[in-house]
Amino acid sequence: MSPRSNISARFDTAPDPLDGRVPPGPIDSKWTDHKFDMRLVNPANKRKFEIIVVGSGLAGASAAASLGELGYKVTLLTFHDSPRRAHSIAAQGGINAAKNYKNDGDSVHRLFYDTVKGGDYRSREANVHRLAEVSVDIIDQCAAQGVPFAREYGGLLDNRSFGGAQVSRTFYARGQTGQQLLLGAYSALMRQVHLGSVKLYRRTEMLELVLHDGRATGVVARDLVTGEIRSFSGHAVVLATGGYGNVFYLSTNAKASNASATWRAHRKGALFANPCFTQIHPTCIPASDEFQSKLTLMSESLRNDGRVWVPKELDDTRTADLVPESERDYFLERRYPAFGNLVPRDVASRAIKREVDAGRGVGPIKNGVYLDFAESIERLGPKAVEERYSNLFEMYERITDENPQNTPMRIYPAVHYTMGGLWVDYDLMSNLPGLFVLGEANFSDHGANRLGASALMQGLADGYFVLPYTIGNYLAPLLGAAPVSTDDTVFAEAESTVRDEIKRYLSTNGTHSVDWFHRELGKIVWDNCGMARSTETLEKALTEIPPLREQFHNDVKVLGDNESMNQSLEKAGRVSDFLEFGELMCLDALHREESCGGHFRVEHQTEDGEALRDDENFAYAGAWEFNGVGAPPTLHKEPLEFENVHLAQRSYK
Amino acid sequence: MHLKLRVWRQAGPTATGAFESYDMPEVSAEMSFLELIDELNEKLIEANKEPVAFDHDCREGICGSCSMMINGQAHGPSRGTATCQLFLRKFVDGSEITVEPWRAGAFPVIRDLSTDRTALDHIIESGGFISAPTGSAPDANLILVPKEVADAAMDAAACIGCGACVAACPNSAAQLFTAAKVAHLNLLPQGQPERWNRVQNMVDTMESYFGSCTNHGECEKACPKEISIDFIALLNKDYLKAQWKNRKLESQRG
Ligand SMILES: Cc1cc2nc3c(=O)[nH]c(=O)nc-3n(C[C@H](O)[C@H](O)[C@H](O)COP(=O)(O)OP(=O)(O)OC[C@H]3O[C@@H](n4cnc5c(N)ncnc54)[C@H](O)[C@@H]3O)c2cc1C
Ligand code: FES
Repeated sequence: MSPRSNISARFDTAPDPLDGRVPPGPIDSKWTDHKFDMRLVNPANKRKFEIIVVGSGLAGASAAASLGELGYKVTLLTFHDSPRRAHSIAAQGGINAAKNYKNDGDSVHRLFYDTVKGGDYRSREANVHRLAEVSVDIIDQCAAQGVPFAREYGGLLDNRSFGGAQVSRTFYARGQTGQQLLLGAYSALMRQVHLGSVKLYRRTEMLELVLHDGRATGVVARDLVTGEIRSFSGHAVVLATGGYGNVFYLSTNAKASNASATWRAHRKGALFANPCFTQIHPTCIPASDEFQSKLTLMSESLRNDGRVWVPKELDDTRTADLVPESERDYFLERRYPAFGNLVPRDVASRAIKREVDAGRGVGPIKNGVYLDFAESIERLGPKAVEERYSNLFEMYERITDENPQNTPMRIYPAVHYTMGGLWVDYDLMSNLPGLFVLGEANFSDHGANRLGASALMQGLADGYFVLPYTIGNYLAPLLGAAPVSTDDTVFAEAESTVRDEIKRYLSTNGTHSVDWFHRELGKIVWDNCGMARSTETLEKALTEIPPLREQFHNDVKVLGDNESMNQSLEKAGRVSDFLEFGELMCLDALHREESCGGHFRVEHQTEDGEALRDDENFAYAGAWEFNGVGAPPTLHKEPLEFENVHLAQRSYK
Repeated sequence: MHLKLRVWRQAGPTATGAFESYDMPEVSAEMSFLELIDELNEKLIEANKEPVAFDHDCREGICGSCSMMINGQAHGPSRGTATCQLFLRKFVDGSEITVEPWRAGAFPVIRDLSTDRTALDHIIESGGFISAPTGSAPDANLILVPKEVADAAMDAAACIGCGACVAACPNSAAQLFTAAKVAHLNLLPQGQPERWNRVQNMVDTMESYFGSCTNHGECEKACPKEISIDFIALLNKDYLKAQWKNRKLESQRG
C-alpha cells in the first residue's frame, strides 16, 4: 500500500480543478491587457460603493488609502489601537524591486524568475509576473510619500542584496524598512481619514464574515474597549489580516498576529490554500527558556556580511575566539559555493538544523550556530559595519548581553512567515464573490517559500496597485444595489454566533489559562510540523490536536466580562481558531507527499538532504474546503502550469 | 531573583484605580519586563484574579504599543529602550518596582496599564503626510535626496509613536512626537510643497490636545528611539516662519 492511502479517510478530493481565472495572452502582457479589459467604475459612481477593509498592515493600509483616494467609501477595522502598530512595522531588512538601478542585470523577468524558482515552483506564474512588474511602481510611490530610503552620496537610492538573489535589488531604510513603509502607507491612510473617505475603527476585531446570497457583504466585529458587538455592511470585504505563524506560539510574529479573520472566512466557505507552507527564518536569536514569549529575528541582510559557521568538532565547548580558523566549518559556503551564505531561507534553515542536530550547536544550551562579522569588520572597518547594522546589533546585545562586534552572533531558525493563506484568483478574490484577500493573508505569490524582502513588496503591490483595479471589475455590475442592511437576518445570526461564543468562554470556568493552551498547541505543531515533517510526526500531531481542542473548550479559564477590555477573552477566540487551523495545517502537510520550499518531508529528500519535489503529483495549489470542525475537509486542486520558468530541481550550489 | 511589584489597577475608564502589590519570588534575570507581567498574569489567573491589561505587540521595540511608567520613568531605567526591550537584569534583586500607565490628560486610561493614545493619530491626520496619491509618483531616482538629508530625515522618522515623550513631560506636551514627524517630512525635498501648512496644522492640532512645551528636555531622555530634542527647535523655527511665509512666492528662493 502506498503511504498516501492511509490518510484518504481524512479528506475528500473535489473532482473539478480549481480555476485561478488567469487572463489569456503572453505572460508579460497579461496584466496590461487585463487592466484594459476590466470594467471600470466612473469617478462619480465610486462614492456609491462601500468597501470594508480589515487590517491596517502594509496591505490593508495601502489598499484603504488607495481606495479612498479613488473615491470609494471605505471602512477600515483594526484590532490595534492605531493603524501604525500593525505587525508590518517590524520588518527590518528591505523591499525588492526590479529597478535595476545597479546595472547588475536585474529585470522584471529576473525578479519573476527568481521568485518562481525561490518558491520552489508552487506559485502561480501570472501572479508572480504581475508582482515583479508593479514592484518598480512601489518604490516610486513610497519615495514620493517621503519614505526615507537609504541613499548614496549622490542622492540616488541605495540597494543591497538579499537571500536567494544574485543581484542587488533590495531597497531599505536602515534596519527599519517595514516601519518606514508602513508609516508611509499609514500617513496616506490618515490623510484619507481626515478627508472623510475612510472611516477608521480602532481596537475593533472582526469575528465573523457575513454572506448574503453567497456574496461577502459584511463583517461582525467586537469593540475591544466596550465589548459592543457590531455589524458592518458593504459591497465588498477585503481581508488584509496577516499570516498565521503564531499557531506555533513561538515565532517572530507580533504577539497579537492571528488567523481568526481568515479562519472564520474559511468556516464560511472560503478555501484555505497550502496551509503547510510555512517559512522558518534562519537568523533568529535562539530561545533561552520556557518563559520565552516570542522569538526575535535578526534580519537576513546580516547574511550579506556575516559568515555562518560551527566548530568542526562535536560538542566543542571552547568560546568562538578560541576556535582556530582551520577548525571552523563554514558549512553554507562549503555546501553552496555559488550562493554561499545567501542561499534561500529554507535551505539555510535546514542546513543549520542539521549542524545543531548533529551536536555541533553553540551557546549555553547548544541550540545555535555562529553568524560572524569578523571578516567584514576587517574588510570594511568597524564603522561601516556599524552603519549598516547598528540597530540590529543593539537589539541583539540588549537581549543576549553580547556585542556582535566582538563576539559572533548566535542564531537559530524560527517560524517567521506563512506562504499559505486564503485561496484567491488572479484578481485577488477568494472563491466567495466579494471577498478579497491581500498580503500575507492570501496564498498567492510565494509558492512554497518566500524570498527575503518580497513580503513587503507583495503587501504593497496588492494594496496600491492590484486591488484598486480588480475590485472595480467586481463592483461595476453592482451599481445601484444598496449594501445589505445590517438589520437583515444574516447579520443578526452572525452577531448571535459571536455572542454565544463569548458567553461560552466566559462561563467555562476551567483550570488553564488561554496562553497555556496556546503553548501546548505550539509545542505539538513545532515538534511535528516544523522544520522537518514525516508521516509519523504528522499523524502524531493529528491525534494530539483534537483532544487538546476539546480540553480547551471544557477547561479554559477566561475571567472577567465582555463589557470591558478583556485580553484573555480576545485571545480565547484566537487560540480556539488556531486549534482548528493547526489540524488543517498538519493534514495539508501529511497529504503533500513531497518536499518543496518550507515544507520538508523527511521521506522525500535527495541523497544530500535537499528537498525533493514531486512535480508529477503535486504541482498544484491545494485549497481546502471546510466541512465542519473535525470533519474531513474537501481538497480542491488548482493545477500550476509553468510555461515561462522551466521546472527544475532548485540548486544553489 | 526576587521582585516586588506595585501595579496600578483600574477596572475601566471611569473607575477609580489603586495600586496593588504582588510578590514575584522567583523570576529569571533573563526575562524581559513584559515576560514578568505575563508571569504575573498567569499567577493571577491561577488565583482567579483578573490579569493586568497592558498594550504590547511586537516585543522588539518598534510597534510603540508597550507603555509603562516604571518607577516613575517612562519605559523604565534604561535609555533608548522600550518597556518590551527592558530585561530584569537591569534591576536589583529584592527591589520593589512600581508600574503605572502613561499619565497624561490626552491619554485616558482604558484599563490598568492600557491608555488611549488616539490623540497622536489626530496630529498625523492633520498634516503628517506628503500628498502623493497612488500612481502619481515619478521615477524614484528623479528626486535626489542628499545622503545627509536622508539620514537626518530617517533619524526623525524613527519615532515609534509610543507617547513616552508625553508621559515623561511635566506638561504632557507632545512636542517631540510632533517635531519628529514634521522634521522627517519638512527636511525632504518631497515634503517642501506642503511644508508650511503641515507645520501649522500639526502644531495647532497638537495644542488642542496636549500641554505646551517649556523645554524641560525630559522627552528626549525618555524616548526609546533617542529622538533628538533639536528637532523641536526645527519645529519651532518652521512654525514661526509659517506665520509670515507668503506661500504664493515660495518658489522665489533667495
Ligand atoms: C520580524 C519580521 C521581519 C520581517 N522582515 C521583512 C523584510 O525585511 N522584508 C519583507 O519583505 N518582509 C519581511 N517580513 C514579513 C512582512 O513583514 C509581513 O509578511 C508583512 O508585513 C505582512 O503584512 P500584511 O499587511 O499582510 O499583514 P500585517 O502587517 O500582519 O497586518 C495585519 C493587520 O490586520 C489586522 N487584523 C488581523 N486580524 C484582524 C481582525 N480579526 N480584526 C481586525 N483587524 C485584524 C491587524 O490589526 C493588522 O492591522 C518580516 C516579518 C517579521 C515577523
Ligand atoms: S511591544 Fe512593540 S515597542 Fe514594545
